[in-house]
Amino acid sequence: MLAIARQRMLGQSFKKILPAVSVLRSYSSAAKQITVREALNSALDEEMSADPKVFLMGEEVGEYQGAYKITKGLLEKYGPERVLDTPITEAGFTGIGVGAAYYGLKPVVEFMTFNFSMQAIDHIINSAAKSNYMSAGQISVPIVFRGPNGAAAGVGAQHSQCYAAWYASCPGLKVLSPYNSEDARGLLKAAIRDPDPVVFLENELLYGESFPVSDEVLDSSFCLPIGKAKIEREGKDVTITAFSKMVGYALKVSEMLERDGIYAEVINLRSIRPLDRSTINTSVRKTNRLITVEEGFPQHGVGAEICASVVEESFSYLDAPVERIAGADVPMPYAANLERMAVPQVEDIFRAAKRACYRSVPLAATA
Amino acid sequence: MRFLSESPSVYSQCYRVLDDAGQLISHSNFVPVSEEVAVKMYSNMVTLQTLDTVFYEAQRQGRISFYVTSIGEEAINIASAAALTSDDIVFPQYREPGVLLWRGFTLQEFANQCFGNKADYGKGRQMPIHYGSNKLNYFTVSSTIATQIPHAVGAAYSLKMDKKDACAVTYFGDGGTSEGDFHAAMNFAAVTESPVIFICRNNGWAISTPTSDQFRSDGIAVRGQAYGVRSIRVDGNDALAMYSAVRSARQMAVNEHRPILIEAVTYRVGHHSTSDDSTKYRPADEIEWWRMARDPVTRFRKWIEINGWWGSEAESQLRSSIRSQLLHAIQIAERAEKPPVNDLFTDVYDNIPSNLREQEKLLKETINRHPKDYPADVPI
Repeated sequence: MLAIARQRMLGQSFKKILPAVSVLRSYSSAAKQITVREALNSALDEEMSADPKVFLMGEEVGEYQGAYKITKGLLEKYGPERVLDTPITEAGFTGIGVGAAYYGLKPVVEFMTFNFSMQAIDHIINSAAKSNYMSAGQISVPIVFRGPNGAAAGVGAQHSQCYAAWYASCPGLKVLSPYNSEDARGLLKAAIRDPDPVVFLENELLYGESFPVSDEVLDSSFCLPIGKAKIEREGKDVTITAFSKMVGYALKVSEMLERDGIYAEVINLRSIRPLDRSTINTSVRKTNRLITVEEGFPQHGVGAEICASVVEESFSYLDAPVERIAGADVPMPYAANLERMAVPQVEDIFRAAKRACYRSVPLAATA
Repeated sequence: MRFLSESPSVYSQCYRVLDDAGQLISHSNFVPVSEEVAVKMYSNMVTLQTLDTVFYEAQRQGRISFYVTSIGEEAINIASAAALTSDDIVFPQYREPGVLLWRGFTLQEFANQCFGNKADYGKGRQMPIHYGSNKLNYFTVSSTIATQIPHAVGAAYSLKMDKKDACAVTYFGDGGTSEGDFHAAMNFAAVTESPVIFICRNNGWAISTPTSDQFRSDGIAVRGQAYGVRSIRVDGNDALAMYSAVRSARQMAVNEHRPILIEAVTYRVGHHSTSDDSTKYRPADEIEWWRMARDPVTRFRKWIEINGWWGSEAESQLRSSIRSQLLHAIQIAERAEKPPVNDLFTDVYDNIPSNLREQEKLLKETINRHPKDYPADVPI
């Protein structure tokens, strides 16, 4: 009987939501499917075609077609002046890219993985992020740093760290992280067109995944706004924030929760800096419960910032403590069984959502 | 089997045009300089020297917080600037204000930046001597060492792509060549065939580190060949030699699309900065000798006097005029208002984001409520 009552409730309160769900589920009728790799490649191609100032640089981006084939075909199409295979020096080519941006070109610098960006981080922060401010607006740096970020599969500690929190803490940078093909296209185009330095965090495991895209997304003028999160799925019981690969996990969790009568609202952050605090807080004020999900290390992570923002702005709306699901506080181990334990799994997010809804036996109190 | 020796049998030659007495060395080829240009070069060298002296004194008096002098390196500063065109993009370290001076930065503009007042083009955001001017193609000084070297290569590459009749020029000290950025930039410039001039001011000291502790190579010029970069070692205190070398380098860089490395050998007569007392790590008489016997300004003065282009009356007139202009500029800069509070929040991004606008509003409200807790000379 409870189930029937709930059904009736659903019927009424979800009148607004059903159309939204159908929009979300099918991006358009007769939707085409493209992989994230194709999305990124086409975005680069179109922006390079539209603006002769845009050029690519990085290790293996040219002749090798890109370490992950993101830049496939571009050397052939645009020539070696616009697709630059660099010597092995992240510090070097990042500095050179920044110099080109100072002059007025629009470089897109690829890091084979953002783990290697640490060798160039002085140029990203001190030469790119801070320049417009330090020069009082005289030096703008329209540069994009892109590449795979976070855990892959079986690549160990020095190839698996997530840098979202590191870069997002720095004023002067914009930090984006796409999930699906629509995100990849729209956000990369926005990043290239933006006059400020942008860090664009991709995910290696998502490159090969296909997602449906509408004709609007495939149009060369398509662009997504920076600083706006997307509500991938509307709900009323608990808010789950995520970015990149974890959005897929959160959506899976929301399906599992629905079977238990819990309707989660899944927010795809898209933009880590600026963080869309307004969308997050509006959602939490509706659901009163929040789970943040990320693959990176927990301390000083993205979830910590979201939690602080919600406590600052929506404290009285919270019905349960905010929970952060993050990677384990250890350098990523290599062995497959250990690696699996070191990153969030769907079950971890599911259990956290139930805890937030007071629908599971709480974990024993820890000291 | 033959190993290449770690040190050359002969030290790399040093190009010179004028001897210590300011007379032309016979058989030395050089690019001739007209009376007008020579006198302008000399006046600028004197102005730089005086600017440094007056601002250093101002810091000692507590009127500005910090200063860095270029004493002893006036020839490098002015002669290299004179040999370039205004389209050439300059990426300085921090001991090259003379290049800005040559291009037309006024004494008042220097003073405004040092005092961080409302007229400072940097809007009071940086320490003194971090000058910059888009108009004069001189990139804002940044405190990090050697980061400007790959920046210059990137800009040079862009100039090449744009097919401009211009090159990029970057300056750095002997210490800066130890940074990874120097290596990457040299390598890259050669591989990408970019029109960039690398000018190393080898002045013997990186704060308290002498070159013998900095590297074991025969100075900097020899490293050029290791990267496939054409290079030359020049007497940095010889204004004519500097002028000729930079002139020729520019021609090669622009016409042949190649990088050139110039090692300008000199001596850092002043302390590293006003936060340093170099007598703690080097003998005072060594400093005095370089200041007096090897002064580049005096050396060039002797040459223009030999040519009949200068005299002692012109000298004293110039020096007193510059000095009073400087004191006047400092007075004006000191009395000027500081930048307004909203300059705290602008330029973080191209457009000011909403969170900063909010913070600015909150700050202004707080200042209005508690005016006694805030400085009176900061306009809201």
